[in-house]
Amino acid sequence: MLKIADKTFRSRLFGGTGKFASAQVMKDALDASGSEMITVALRRVDLTNPDDDIMANLDRDKYWFLPNTSGARDAQEAIRLANLARAVGNINWLKLEVTPDPRTLLPDPIETLKATELLVKDGFIVLPYMNADPILSLRLQDVGAAAVMPLGSPIGTNQGVLTRFQVEIIIDQARVPVVVDAGLGAPSHAAAAMEMGADAVLVNTAIAVAGDPIRMARAFAQAVEAGRTAYESGLGAQDKQAAASSPEIGLDFLR
Amino acid sequence: MVIIPDFQQLNERIASCSKDDVNQALQAEHPGIQGLAALLSPVASDMLPELARRSAEITARRFGRTIQLYAPVYLSSYCSNKCAYCGFSAENKIERRVLTMAEAEREMDILQERGFNHVLLVSGEAPSKLGVDYLEELARRTRDRFASITIEVQPLSTEEYTRLFQAGITGVAIYQETYERRVYDQVHLSGKKCDYDFRLESPARVAQAGMREVGIGALLGLADWRCEGLALGLHLAWLRKSFWRTGLTVSFPRLRPAEGDFQPLAVASEKDLGQLLFALRIYDHDVGLVLSTREEERFRNGMVGLGPTRYSAGSCTAPGGYTHPDFEGEQFSVGDHRSMAEVCASIQAKGHDPVRKDWDSAFQKGF
Repeated sequence: MLKIADKTFRSRLFGGTGKFASAQVMKDALDASGSEMITVALRRVDLTNPDDDIMANLDRDKYWFLPNTSGARDAQEAIRLANLARAVGNINWLKLEVTPDPRTLLPDPIETLKATELLVKDGFIVLPYMNADPILSLRLQDVGAAAVMPLGSPIGTNQGVLTRFQVEIIIDQARVPVVVDAGLGAPSHAAAAMEMGADAVLVNTAIAVAGDPIRMARAFAQAVEAGRTAYESGLGAQDKQAAASSPEIGLDFLR
Repeated sequence: MVIIPDFQQLNERIASCSKDDVNQALQAEHPGIQGLAALLSPVASDMLPELARRSAEITARRFGRTIQLYAPVYLSSYCSNKCAYCGFSAENKIERRVLTMAEAEREMDILQERGFNHVLLVSGEAPSKLGVDYLEELARRTRDRFASITIEVQPLSTEEYTRLFQAGITGVAIYQETYERRVYDQVHLSGKKCDYDFRLESPARVAQAGMREVGIGALLGLADWRCEGLALGLHLAWLRKSFWRTGLTVSFPRLRPAEGDFQPLAVASEKDLGQLLFALRIYDHDVGLVLSTREEERFRNGMVGLGPTRYSAGSCTAPGGYTHPDFEGEQFSVGDHRSMAEVCASIQAKGHDPVRKDWDSAFQKGF
């Protein structure tokens, strides 16, 4: 079971609520994904409105809500949104997103670190979205991040884990769960991240804009499970050369 | 400052493009300005389905199956500019009106009751009737009730934009009308708007002031639309390089009948508008593309999912027109008269989510 802070999760696939054709499609796809952790953009929902199209369609007993600060340009704005979520929605978990470049939506490492430190001190459970920088990952853990969320590739690009080299180091060094977030465009990408040892993945665009989002959600769930099982089973090491199944190594010289 | 080449140069660049150039632009991840020229070319006009498909694919990936909704609030029809194409032009004999603060709030309340969270405040250029103080006060009074408040008013100074940003205004739309200097001079007959360069530099001042978003645009019907498209592409690229923190949108107002007897100087059909919109989307994956109620229902329904990301709905272009539907003195007559609910229903029917809230006033609460 995956454990983040004091919560455990059976599913290692986290979902999102953006980009869906309708609230109904979103609900059905999230159901099919088996996800238990759902991230919701604070800019997109009205937490004060019980009839809000997204919130009204998601069962808060079934899903653990992870509000995100999508749109925040600096630490200050992210903190303001976090406080809003806590005051109005009574939620102290946060997917911290600080993305000052509206084009690439890549996370600002300096502001993210600053906000994480302040929010953790203020009692938030912070899961920062970050570029796949191993040292930044360590710094974020040092200031109390409950998990780290390195990106596979820029958000919405569907390009898979292009940051493989760094993500491997992050996983190797991590003291908290590593959730590969952003850029996973196909179930095989998610499986690859899980095989590498990621604790979970977050997938939104690839499900929301698929031809059939509900079946795609199921496919991602299967891929995440397969990837995790493979990781736990111990994958064979890759080699550039063929290796015989019954190796004959000349050791006759040993006395 | 951004440099826009002469339209003759732009036109030569566009006219020299071949079918191979168009195909290359359709296949490239980022076609660049040369690719944009190809996509705007007459050769590409025969390949609209291919352009539409590529544009739709990029839009779905970047923005999902969503269309954001907003409505304009016309605050004042006073204007000291004489612009040949505009219903508010100073010499037009229309009943002028500027809303009091209470009337403006009433208009905004009505929009809120109709389900709008994003509003665009619009005014003619007459700073003695409606200046920065007015906008600042209105923003402060209403900011908590709306996800975002943007403005489309006369060009202001950087300091003035900063004041408005701090009062809760999130973005500014400022259209060049035409990037062709010769035509610009021809249609702007008198008033401050005659200064082409001051207007062209306005988006930079908006960005410098810290605004989240700046909207640019060309009024289709003044000069060659293909060249306007290329000029828009150059302007977008320059803004991206210079102000990487600022979100960008493009609007495509197409001239429609207005008070006065101005007839468009250059034709831009619905097909042309479609090509322009697809071309810009393929060129710039992240730019917001706005389609207003100037266009008709049939066209707007057809375009859902193909490139635009933002629609206005239920618009009235006369100050006070939501409170008093009988008011006359519109800036232009709208082409799509449907209500917010009707527009939402047809967006849903096309498999898209009409998004009514995609921002939050909490972002700017620090000031």
